[in-house]
Amino acid sequence: MNWLLEPWTHAFMRDALAAGLAAGVACGVLGVFVVFRRMAFVGEAMSHTTLPGLVIAQAKGLSLMAGALASNVVTALGIAVLSSRTSRRRGIRDDAAIGVVFTGMFALGVVLTARIGSWRDLSHLLLGNLLSVAQGDLLFMLCAAVLVLAVILALFKELELASYDSTYADLIGIRSQRLHALLLVLIAFAVVSGVQVVGVVLTSALLITPAATAALLTRRMVPMLWLSATTAAAAVVGGLLLSYHASLPSGATIVLMAALFFMTAWIWRRTQRG
Amino acid sequence: MKDTALSYGGRHLHAPDPSAPALALHSVAAGHPGAAPVLHDVNFVLPAGKRFALVGPNGSGKSTLLKTVAGLLPARGGDIRVFGLRVGACHHRTSYVPQRQSINWDFPVDVARFTLAGRFVHTGWLRRPSAECHAVVDGVLASLGLTEIARRPIGELSGGQQQRLLLARAAAQESDLLLLDEPLNAVDAASRVLVGALLDRLQTAGKSMIVSTHDVGIHDLPFDEVLSIEDGMVRGGAR
Repeated sequence: MNWLLEPWTHAFMRDALAAGLAAGVACGVLGVFVVFRRMAFVGEAMSHTTLPGLVIAQAKGLSLMAGALASNVVTALGIAVLSSRTSRRRGIRDDAAIGVVFTGMFALGVVLTARIGSWRDLSHLLLGNLLSVAQGDLLFMLCAAVLVLAVILALFKELELASYDSTYADLIGIRSQRLHALLLVLIAFAVVSGVQVVGVVLTSALLITPAATAALLTRRMVPMLWLSATTAAAAVVGGLLLSYHASLPSGATIVLMAALFFMTAWIWRRTQRG
Repeated sequence: MKDTALSYGGRHLHAPDPSAPALALHSVAAGHPGAAPVLHDVNFVLPAGKRFALVGPNGSGKSTLLKTVAGLLPARGGDIRVFGLRVGACHHRTSYVPQRQSINWDFPVDVARFTLAGRFVHTGWLRRPSAECHAVVDGVLASLGLTEIARRPIGELSGGQQQRLLLARAAAQESDLLLLDEPLNAVDAASRVLVGALLDRLQTAGKSMIVSTHDVGIHDLPFDEVLSIEDGMVRGGAR
């Protein structure tokens, strides 16, 4: 029991837990939409496109999270415009739109790093920095999680419908492209939180792995949202405990824990079929 | 529509003209934006309560015309009136039943929930569908033989069941004008009978409909008029 409780006697572990749960739940809930709208590439892209914002914020002495968020919102809106129906008719596919914005923003980040920053300054964000999360960043992550959950709750039926039949959504007056843009902006908020927890390189795992795990366990949307959020939260708790006791990097351990849950669910699903 | 402030479309919605025909097209050109129109000078009137067939080979522009009437594509010219109003001014009274390929069937939603989406236009933003909405859905599912599979994910349905489901959603919407895009294409005989019976009931209840098909012979349905697409023109129907 002491193994389970002792880590939380430290303030930095409690802050890490709160930050991890905020980012995990936000990413877990959004991840279901990301997976079933076939937008998995978006998570990967968004986490990398935080780079130019991070570099500029670092150089100007501004909040890194604000820089990352600004960068990601620009990315989200850029993808929304380039993947609009008008662009599609001009021959630009969704994945191509994401690829163009993703690589363009990341290249901008690399150039800016060479000019005004250094990789060493940003290395902690490439791999996550959960155990030294600042109070301001923690507040941002909690607010981002509340925002994501509030919007999903308020617009659930419209987001759900536009996800499987955007034509019918448009027919009855729901602007599916605006909902798509809104979803991308929410993903931007969640990814910025995720970068703090597991780093740029592994953030897409927070979006994809819990949702993919939940999809193995149920075929209903609402239980899937709960399961995905719970899986993400369990990965954060388990990953933090393991990283504390075994002196492992917290972000990577959380992602490994999520992968372990996925493998367990996959094996369980196979035994059910067999 | 109880509250236009929370309705989809908000202040753009208007009450229809009760004396107007269900649909009136005058000199309409239709096509996808950025491409040449595939249909020119389309003129016909669909009186309320009538059922028209729209016949033409694949690629002739049937879907394009139905989507233009539904407001999913902008008209490339001419004038379209739905119950006397411009397109989009009373979209809760219009339903478009697409071909099956346009749906993401892998999405985790079940048959009942999918059908319930037909009530969303009457529910609007920030509200949950009422008990009355669920009762309408139950009735529609029963009429199409889908009650037994109401909790089944849509991805596990056969082609005929998927087509019935699309019609169930349109019926749940209780719209007055139905635009059906190849509703019996690749559908099994049992589904065909159920779909035909539902369309008969809807017409008896005063609903108007246009049914597109590449071969009117595959339908056992009687049509009040048959419109045919030939060389980019629509022939037949009152003008």
